[in-house]
Amino acid sequence: MPATKVHVTTTINGEPVEFLAEPRQSLLEVLRDVVQLTGSKEGCNDGNCGACTVNMDGRIVDSCLVLGVEAEGADIQTVEGIASADGLHPIQQAFLENAALQCGICTPGFLVSSKALLEKEPNPSEERIRMWLAGNLCRCTGYDKIVKAVMAAAKEMAS
Amino acid sequence: MTTTYEPNKVLSNEEFKVVGTRPIRPDGADKVTGRAQYGADYNPADLLYAKVLRSPHAHARIKSINVSKAESLKGVLAVVTGADTIAPKKGESADFGLGPQPMKYLRDNAIATDKVLYQGHAVAAVAAQDVHTAEEAVNLIEVEYEVLEPVLTAPEAMAKTAPILHPDLTTDEFGNSNVADHFQHKMGDIDKGFAEADVIVEREFDTATVHQGYIEPCNVTALWNDDDRIHVWLSTQGPFQYRDALALALDIPQSRVKVTPMEIGGGFGGKFPLYHELAAVLLSRKTRRPVKIVMTRAEVFGGTGPTSGSNVKVKMGATKDGRIVAAKTELRFEAGAYPGSPVGAAGMTSFAAYDIPNVIVDGYDVVVNKPKAGAYRAPGAPNAAFGIEQVIDELSKEIGVDPVEFRLQNCAKEGTRRADGPIHPKVGGIETLEALRDHDHYQSPLTPAKNGGKVGRGVAFGFWFNAGLQSTATISVNGDGTVNLVEGSPDIGGSRASISMQAAEVLGISADEVKPKVADTDSIGFSFGTGGSRTTFATGWAAYEAANDVKSQLIERAATIWGVDPNSVEMEEGVLRSKTDTELSMTFKELSAQLNDTGGPIIGRGSVNPAGVGGAFAANIVDTEIDPETGKVDILRFTMVQDAGKAIHPSYVEGQMQGASVQGIGWALNEEYYYSEKGTIDNSSFLDYRMPTSLDLPMIDTVIVEVANPGHPYGVRGVGEVSLITPQAGIANAITDAVGVRLESMPMKPSVVLDAINNQG
Repeated sequence: MPATKVHVTTTINGEPVEFLAEPRQSLLEVLRDVVQLTGSKEGCNDGNCGACTVNMDGRIVDSCLVLGVEAEGADIQTVEGIASADGLHPIQQAFLENAALQCGICTPGFLVSSKALLEKEPNPSEERIRMWLAGNLCRCTGYDKIVKAVMAAAKEMAS
Repeated sequence: MTTTYEPNKVLSNEEFKVVGTRPIRPDGADKVTGRAQYGADYNPADLLYAKVLRSPHAHARIKSINVSKAESLKGVLAVVTGADTIAPKKGESADFGLGPQPMKYLRDNAIATDKVLYQGHAVAAVAAQDVHTAEEAVNLIEVEYEVLEPVLTAPEAMAKTAPILHPDLTTDEFGNSNVADHFQHKMGDIDKGFAEADVIVEREFDTATVHQGYIEPCNVTALWNDDDRIHVWLSTQGPFQYRDALALALDIPQSRVKVTPMEIGGGFGGKFPLYHELAAVLLSRKTRRPVKIVMTRAEVFGGTGPTSGSNVKVKMGATKDGRIVAAKTELRFEAGAYPGSPVGAAGMTSFAAYDIPNVIVDGYDVVVNKPKAGAYRAPGAPNAAFGIEQVIDELSKEIGVDPVEFRLQNCAKEGTRRADGPIHPKVGGIETLEALRDHDHYQSPLTPAKNGGKVGRGVAFGFWFNAGLQSTATISVNGDGTVNLVEGSPDIGGSRASISMQAAEVLGISADEVKPKVADTDSIGFSFGTGGSRTTFATGWAAYEAANDVKSQLIERAATIWGVDPNSVEMEEGVLRSKTDTELSMTFKELSAQLNDTGGPIIGRGSVNPAGVGGAFAANIVDTEIDPETGKVDILRFTMVQDAGKAIHPSYVEGQMQGASVQGIGWALNEEYYYSEKGTIDNSSFLDYRMPTSLDLPMIDTVIVEVANPGHPYGVRGVGEVSLITPQAGIANAITDAVGVRLESMPMKPSVVLDAINNQG
């Protein structure tokens, strides 16, 4: 039977958010089913595909491996928080211009990971990009155009 | 003069204004912001969540099912079992991309009735207020099984002593057995052919069961409404096939089922068949509330249709001067639990890339205790090519001729007859091989080792026939000179872009002035699913027809406004003008603003079932490095060459080629269902079923060859599948080049490679 729900206070995409979560619910479940942010995707629910990647307190995490109650006090950014009122972020624009997605189910995770990479390393090599994105599976693109999109975004953001 | 190397090259045959350019896809903003709604993202009001109980055994008889404990759990609203399904009528069938299959088998595969035939076979399902309660409830269902001996490979299942899966499965040749079908294609005189050969190579190959590996798990939300109409929302490649199969499974008219295709997170052939949808509909019938099922990853591996493991014998002979004179293969394919492996397509394509006078192909469709095989990108062809392209490589080496030149010398061309009967129309096999031979990669020395291992280079070549089939589209004109395009093909890899672009080309407007929509089955005419490399070809053609319908109506309308004969009016590049009076001219945009008041809005329609399907060829070069201590294989450089006919949106054609290449690399080196002796899967997670990551790979360079298909207005051939046929054999040939041994089983994982190295004479 469901245990008593726990009250959690967080920041999601820059805004204060409060929710009630069962202790057994993952952060991914809470994001998708409680907070209604369905941009983070479930591909495996065991931390191997990266489709649910979110940024939590400056680190990229698989939100399926974090419990919702662990988000207490955390600062979380999801794919929904990457674009702003000014429009798409350069990494989003680069994914579109470089055709770096086909079906798009893995794209939210790749965007969150890529953005975190470029914030830490503004001019990454191909090898560094491949290393950073190794936690995100894509089955459509063969990664070629994703890696090129991240390189293009780095160039755009530097200019 | 020095030229810069281009990693992605298009050898274009004809230039257009929109076709052949690279606009941003129309669904792009939704896909990079998280707003795109995939099946699992759909949450209607009053939703219930369901879970499926699956068999822990590979082969067992169901003796009893007791659902009372599950039903009495608080929060549970309904339970269904095979007893709730409707027995299909004799002779009913449905087609999910591998040919028509009996409805009884499709129904039994969706929910077992008497026997379970693989671990993961659905037995019952529970709907509850939340997903965790449903999870708890399925574990309270008590099933009594009589466990039977499983059989897991085609050769074992063909043995006289093998356990029989279906007591009603019989053929004239084998009686009641696990062989569902045996076919033969024959051409020329095989004995005469081998007698003429100076060199003969004969080998036997085995390939493991592999999964499409789409990242989005299968999902469905079903509502049995109070008017007895059924609405299903899901991520599917074939909404109309689902509609028709569900109607058959429920014994109701098609018109009572509406399927809304949601955004789809990959399919590769695997999102055609009925899986848990029937259970969701039956649960909704009991509760009259929407019921949602989303598979776990383990359920995707165990409860959907992967592609066949296989046993492939190949014998080929060639003369000293490099002519292949005889070719023979025996293909034994695992169908999984019910008949219908892709062995048929494997048999049709196995030697189809070549012009060989004497051929025999034998194909066997064999049931085993594994999930029912589904389609997977050029279904069946990669299994056969893994063997055949290695034997061809060996023949070329024994004769002492370059492997690309050897293939060129024997390449199929217009007029070449395939062993299964058809004669190749205009095809681009030779052009594909020539582009491969002339490529910087093939002309460059072997890529140096990164880690001190042994390096080698391999090539392989393949043919896939592609599909045509039915598609419909409608176009309505907006007052601002844009159009709305409605079509019925789920967009998995950018097809809304490639379909819109063909309409834009006709109307002389830009790609972003066409707004495409993939409609539900109530809102557009029948359209066969997204598969068989057919969508840009056939649905693109429907859009072309609809755009031409709009164009002719625009011409008539302009003529009416001007009071002239419509035959004196033409429309080119978005401008309507009189052929005789230079004063009479207006843009499409100017005319569109006047439509409502000059006779009413304009809509165009297109409906096709095209015959002029263009077969496609692909070839690849790969440099590998083998660690002789561990047997691990790394891909150092990879180039894929493919004939697209005409690449409507080259970036998404390259994407198909690159994605297929990497699926091929995974299939070649890592991927397999790892079975225990009991027939249970030991690796049903992405941790243990290891697909390539970005870190495992180099860039995947591409060359798009364009040999226009005369059977399509813009020359399009299908592009989605053929590039998966060659990488596995190409890598095998590269390993042989590096370490001198042949790899006869796939995946060529470190232990297999190491054993081959250690066992060489």
